[in-house]
Amino acid sequence: MARLSYLAVLAFIVVGTGWLELVLRTRVYRRWRRLLLTVVPVVAVFTVWDLYAVARGHWTFDPQRTTGIRLPGRLPLEELLFFVVVPVASVLSFEAVRAVKRWPVGDETGPP
Amino acid sequence: MTYTQLAVLGVAGTVLLDLAVLRTRVLLRRTFWVSYAIVVTFQLLTNGVLTGLRIVRYDGAAILGTDTPQLVGAGRLVYAPVEDLAFGFAMVVQTLAWWVFWGRRGVQRAPVAGPPAAWWPGASPAGSRPRAPRPGRRRRAAGGAARSPDG
Repeated sequence: MARLSYLAVLAFIVVGTGWLELVLRTRVYRRWRRLLLTVVPVVAVFTVWDLYAVARGHWTFDPQRTTGIRLPGRLPLEELLFFVVVPVASVLSFEAVRAVKRWPVGDETGPP
Repeated sequence: MTYTQLAVLGVAGTVLLDLAVLRTRVLLRRTFWVSYAIVVTFQLLTNGVLTGLRIVRYDGAAILGTDTPQLVGAGRLVYAPVEDLAFGFAMVVQTLAWWVFWGRRGVQRAPVAGPPAAWWPGASPAGSRPRAPRPGRRRRAAGGAARSPDG
């Protein structure tokens, strides 16, 4: 079970922000195409950063607390999932604040 | 490069992306700073678990602090290297800059967020339709502010 530790943290983030879609009606998952276009460049940038950091030994992962599933470049599966889960959680938080406060963020109309 | 150097570069590149490249100016919005305050709180919590339980371990030579996690001090904040704050900031800002960028380009600008469920504090009574503010309530239009026409 300890091997699921990292995955459990990710699950906490998904559940901890998921209710915003239902209660504050953030409509983020509903706009999945926009979400996908948002997440792809972020995953790309941070995967490159992570691959470099792993290659240089900036950080390592406890084999006892990760699933052990490694992607090319010895990147744990959990790291890739992190780069999807955290951006989605960020957008959910952003749209949740917006649902309540209704301050403009600049995408209400097209580019000036 | 060390993690410290990359963290500084990462934040600089992210600020440039938001203000100059995509020109989304998320960093100048109140909505961003309020949501970032929420996100960074949960980052400290979840990252504290990842680093405090040593699920992720850091090379002391790559960071300002040491390779031994501690609650506060020696380049660590809630067990995580302070560099992680920069890493997280870069990730959140880049994400929201792209999100706003695609919205400005007209990609799924609608359906817009909100209104919150009827029982949420400050929500409009109908839970879906803006209503006139209730007398005696200070809250700005009680959630009944005008919506954007494409919402």
